[in-house]
Amino acid sequence: MKRFAKLFAAIDQSTKTTVKVAALADYFSDAPEADKLWTVALFSGRRPKRAVTTTRLREWASEAADVPLWLFEESYAIVGDLAETISLVLPPNPTQDDRPLSHWIGALRQLRDMEEAERKAFVLDCWRVLGGTERFLFNKLITGGFRVGVSQKLMTRALAQATGKPEAELAHRLMGNWHPDEVNWHALIEAEDASADASRPYPFYLAYALEAEPETLGDPTDWRAEWKWDGIRGQLILRDGDYFVWSRGEELMTDRFPELARAIDHLPPGTVLDGELLVWIPGSDAPSSFNALQARIGRKTVPKKLLKDAPVVLHAYDLLEWQGQDIRDRPFAERRALLEVACADLPPEAAVRLSPQHAFDDWSALADLRLTARAAQAEGLMLKRADSPYLAGRKKGDWWKWKLDPLTIDAVMIYAQSGSGRRANLFTDFTFAVWNGNDLVPFTKAYSGLTDAEFRKITAWVRKNTEERYGPVRKVKPHHVFEIAFEGIQASPRHKSGVALRFPRMARWRHDKPLQEANTLDDLKEMLRIYG
Amino acid sequence: MEEGGARAPGCDRGPVQTRRGTYISAMTRDPVLQFTDRGIYCPAGDFHIDPWLPVDRALITHGHADHARDGMGRYLATHEALPVMRHRLGDVALEGIGYGQTRRIGGANVSFHPAGHVPGSAQIRVEVAGEVFVASGDYKVVDDGLSTPFEPVRCHHFITESTFGLPVFRWRPQADVAAEINDWWRGCAAAGKTAFLGAYSLGKAQRLLSMLDPGIGPILTHAAVENTNEVLRGQGIALPDTTLVTPELVPKEHTRALVLSPPSALGSQWARRFGPQESAFASGWMALRGVRRRRAGDRGFVISDHADWRGLLWAITETGAENIYVTHGYTDIFTRYLNDEGWNAEVVPTQFEGESLDTGDVA
Ligand SMILES: [Zn+2]
Repeated sequence: MKRFAKLFAAIDQSTKTTVKVAALADYFSDAPEADKLWTVALFSGRRPKRAVTTTRLREWASEAADVPLWLFEESYAIVGDLAETISLVLPPNPTQDDRPLSHWIGALRQLRDMEEAERKAFVLDCWRVLGGTERFLFNKLITGGFRVGVSQKLMTRALAQATGKPEAELAHRLMGNWHPDEVNWHALIEAEDASADASRPYPFYLAYALEAEPETLGDPTDWRAEWKWDGIRGQLILRDGDYFVWSRGEELMTDRFPELARAIDHLPPGTVLDGELLVWIPGSDAPSSFNALQARIGRKTVPKKLLKDAPVVLHAYDLLEWQGQDIRDRPFAERRALLEVACADLPPEAAVRLSPQHAFDDWSALADLRLTARAAQAEGLMLKRADSPYLAGRKKGDWWKWKLDPLTIDAVMIYAQSGSGRRANLFTDFTFAVWNGNDLVPFTKAYSGLTDAEFRKITAWVRKNTEERYGPVRKVKPHHVFEIAFEGIQASPRHKSGVALRFPRMARWRHDKPLQEANTLDDLKEMLRIYG
Repeated sequence: MEEGGARAPGCDRGPVQTRRGTYISAMTRDPVLQFTDRGIYCPAGDFHIDPWLPVDRALITHGHADHARDGMGRYLATHEALPVMRHRLGDVALEGIGYGQTRRIGGANVSFHPAGHVPGSAQIRVEVAGEVFVASGDYKVVDDGLSTPFEPVRCHHFITESTFGLPVFRWRPQADVAAEINDWWRGCAAAGKTAFLGAYSLGKAQRLLSMLDPGIGPILTHAAVENTNEVLRGQGIALPDTTLVTPELVPKEHTRALVLSPPSALGSQWARRFGPQESAFASGWMALRGVRRRRAGDRGFVISDHADWRGLLWAITETGAENIYVTHGYTDIFTRYLNDEGWNAEVVPTQFEGESLDTGDVA
């Protein structure tokens, strides 16, 4: 595990991408193939099958460290990472382990067939022989979820450096449904025919937010406009008589959207669509809110009733593969024309619909249209350059999201809670309230939006102005007013205030605003009436 | 906090049961030390320990800004703590006392004992009619080679910090961390980069200085660090040679250098003129990967002037105290653990900050 730990430390310690890529390229040049394969797999979110529940791991670690379970749990809440908490509470071991990563993966595989007692003894022994980063990484292998600050893009770049293959080709090879148990390094990275996997998606093209005025984009006739939907970005793949649905986070979601299977009957194989998954009740003129979709994605298998109450339709806005050909290099206008042909006669039961384009003569007409986005349940507009190819990843220039300005309300901070992980020693989670007569009614929590310097400042203030403590939560003196920005508002009987906000965050610390001038519950209800 | 401050439990109930038997709390029914909204107060001696609001008479555990504040009528601290306090607080009424020396103040016997936190730091022992409190300020139990090493003081009531009061905090031997830092410096020097090491200027910075291997290259200092170096050298503490970074200093003439600076100077305009560089931060908080990734720059070294989990428990056990007051840090969790383990522990809110990553220059 020594070599893998060294790679991990190099990546984890540095904030410089050049250092990370160099460390990875080094590793990919000389590590054993099985280790390389697993490293790519781990860094792209794949992992060995879980052999031990986290409940058992906590119990065993607390026992081995001679720390009561509640104290272990409190420590975990502050550290924010189970693998790290376990490796820190156990007695240190400074020795290094020479066995390769694939050995430990193999060991975890054996673990699955063991009896519980044997399994425990095995894990305790691993904890004893591994120390420091190696022990942490071993725990990560068990618990899954390597978040190492290496994007797929950096890993692909390093692979390109180490193998001499183009980045774009490697990016495509790494997508899809492969698992290191079922493929080897040669087949995945080096073999000529990389198209064997019918489920393999294309890397998503991601837009930047438009910060400047649209006039800066130049001639409006070069651009196409669509709604920016508030749903889930998805890629629908129709190949070999089968269908696959991928999320932007490269998660295979096929089972969650069984209605999309019907697309097989209406679109030819060798078709790949990029679009937005939305809950759309037949007959209504706008999609349902994101909440309806949330109920769908929370379920691995969808009950019949939910399928009927919250039917999902893919609103297609791009065509990446047509008649088995990768057409991402062709101009957007051309892909769009083909997409319109493909979607021309789709019946409602196909569960695929063409996402409309909005014609516009000048930017000001488009600006007016954008203001009506909320009524269409859209977040704003997408602007796409007519002659742009479909690129991979987030690239500036050809695609822009031009979102509506958020809704805002001025609220009073009343509770504070410290963060975990990166922000373990700062107060970062706050509860905000609005006035109802002389009472402050909590209506939302918010975690983000302040700078590190502001978090430090508010942390110092919270320490000195705590009125009561409830475990990790502190009630603070009502004093500070913050502008809370959010994307949507909905009635919610579960909340005391009767409303729930979408994407609330702290937009500004209103030092200028006296406590009494924060907004009221009536203001919030008025917003609900207009925008809910 | 209640008007007049929380009372130490057990003290106003007459006879007090301790682990070592029963003794009688003397005539006064006042506790020896009270926790008030100005700080820790001793009614029998009419003085405060490390107060955060102005009082007439302040006994100070050590010179860090959250313990030695401005605006007190008179100050009493160890001889070794005075130079730094004079440097920080200017022309105020300071009086010194030797470690272990007993002073009668009103009805209280007071003495100062090494806390091992920074040079001059002390635990303050207060005895009234046979009942003993120890206010430990900030402390660590390992010898850093610079501060007078921590000595446990037997008492009935022990006031402790808990900055790192979680079992995930476990410090490695100082020599191991020193080797790690010197390896990093050597690597920077070989790559033609200047090594910037961030640490708070009183205590930590000098401790790091004493751990550095001057054979690797020259050691440069930020003025905030150098000022404190001067003060400590002036009181006879040996530190390696350092060169102050002035506007006139030409970085090119100091290849292979390590620059010791406050954390706030890392990556600043001030640092940038040194060209290619790596930055590192030395703090107990660097034990947590999340914090390390947020704050460390290129490297984080785990080193603290506060006790780790086992250090805290060892110190508390050694005092033999039955009643433990936890002033700052992970107070709720640490107190719960102590109570589970049979101590009589409670949280007493104070304005001490411990080893802070995120506010000013306190440590
Ligand atoms: Zn201190």
